[in-house]
Amino acid sequence: MLELEDVSVSYGSIRALRGISLSVREGELVTLIGSNGAGKSTCLLAISGVLHPQQGRIIHKGQDITRLSPFEVVRRGISQAPEGRHIFARLSVEENLMLGAGQRTDKAGLEKDRRWVYDLFPVLRDRLSQAAGTLSGGEQQMLAMGRALMSRPKLLLLDEPSLGLAPLMVETIFDVTRKVRAEGGTILLVEQNARQALEVADRGYVLETGQIILEGDATSLKNDAGVEKAYLGG
Amino acid sequence: MPILQYLAQQTINALSLGSIYALVAIGLAMVFGILRLINFAHGDLMMVACYAAFFLVSTGIGFMPLIVVTLFAAALLGMLTERVAYRPVRGAPDVVMLLTSLAVSIFIENVFIMVVSPVPRSFRSVTPASLDSVHVWAGVSISTINILTVGVTAALFVLLLLFVTRTRVGVAMRAVSEDLLGAKLVGINLNRVILAAFAVGSAMAGVAGILWAARLGKIDPLMGFIPLLKAFVAAVIGGFGSLGGAVLGAYVLGFAEIFIIGFLPPELSSYRDAFVFLLLIFVLLVRPNGILGSTEREKV
Repeated sequence: MLELEDVSVSYGSIRALRGISLSVREGELVTLIGSNGAGKSTCLLAISGVLHPQQGRIIHKGQDITRLSPFEVVRRGISQAPEGRHIFARLSVEENLMLGAGQRTDKAGLEKDRRWVYDLFPVLRDRLSQAAGTLSGGEQQMLAMGRALMSRPKLLLLDEPSLGLAPLMVETIFDVTRKVRAEGGTILLVEQNARQALEVADRGYVLETGQIILEGDATSLKNDAGVEKAYLGG
Repeated sequence: MPILQYLAQQTINALSLGSIYALVAIGLAMVFGILRLINFAHGDLMMVACYAAFFLVSTGIGFMPLIVVTLFAAALLGMLTERVAYRPVRGAPDVVMLLTSLAVSIFIENVFIMVVSPVPRSFRSVTPASLDSVHVWAGVSISTINILTVGVTAALFVLLLLFVTRTRVGVAMRAVSEDLLGAKLVGINLNRVILAAFAVGSAMAGVAGILWAARLGKIDPLMGFIPLLKAFVAAVIGGFGSLGGAVLGAYVLGFAEIFIIGFLPPELSSYRDAFVFLLLIFVLLVRPNGILGSTEREKV
């Protein structure tokens, strides 16, 4: 459902992505792993339309979305929980979630998905009127994911959802990721926590200094000697 | 005059002056919160609204339709400046946007100087004579224009509050000023939100312009500069970018100004603006982000 063809993105003279190609099929959970600064976030921001590649194409369901604005990408069913969460700290939890629902007008479907998100993250339901900035780090991550899910995306982009969280919270986040996937969601997951990412993923890509150096299904990547040494602390 | 009556009267004057500053400052803060743009042309929208009213009144339309058309004109012009001047430089360094807004301001002012006239016009033809009447209650005399100013402003505050908490575009506006990347990623249409901010802010500047001109009784092409400057100071004192801060700063400024004139010996009262800027310097020394400016740190 998503296809990146030879995508390059530069910030000024720094080339963050050097012609990467990858694909995500309907219903798959694909992970993009790699160390800090490898270009993982850049890749997701390019898909979301926040950054525009200098070269290459991004194809979604057969249509070129390379030059679309972020809101047009969301409208096509691709939403993202970004690294650093970027929730709206002074707005209430409920306002954050409703912004995630964006331009939806189908009242019944919206109500259903709102309940779905509350069921995935029961904590959020108890804090609806609280300012989002007062939540704990883990709760803020849940809010960022819940917000992205409110649009009922066909493709969910998750950028470092476990970063800086306590182990128990990391567990919760990966559980929800699994659940969303089990309900037919398609997910592209960016992680530094390669071990856990490969645990939940079907397939994976390894990104290094803006290039894909390895790809394959999750089990074979997990057992790859190079990956183990570089990313799994083997 | 007994001191209590004197205080009551000055308080009303201060509320009235602060209200006008607040109406201007809200639009400034709204646009700054979203774009990090200090819109120097904001004061000129006050002026344009006044001239629109001035010319419309000779067509003989009623007072209410006149106000509506006038505010509409201000909102449209505000949106036009965004579309034509600010959108092309969006994302450029702050100084480029700042200079652009200066250019827009100079352009609008000079168009009016050339096309209309630099000579001040009387605004008495627009405002009903009843505005100048004075009510006396318990020894306190209050002019109708002050009551109207405070009342209209209070009503607009309520509307604005409903707008930013109950409407989709209003909530989106707060989201954009809070976290631009987050706002993009949830699918907020940035152009639409920015246009809405200009429309709302400009209409409020239009109201402020009419009230300001009604106080002074005259209008001229450069009339917007002083209130713009004061509103800017107000927004900085309150904490730039936050609407609550802008309003608070505006009233602090209104009170400071009125009471400085009221209590200083007359030979010093012509330095009122100097005292206002002294106040600004003092606030910035104590609280560099303004009274309500955020000092919170990011949570890990």
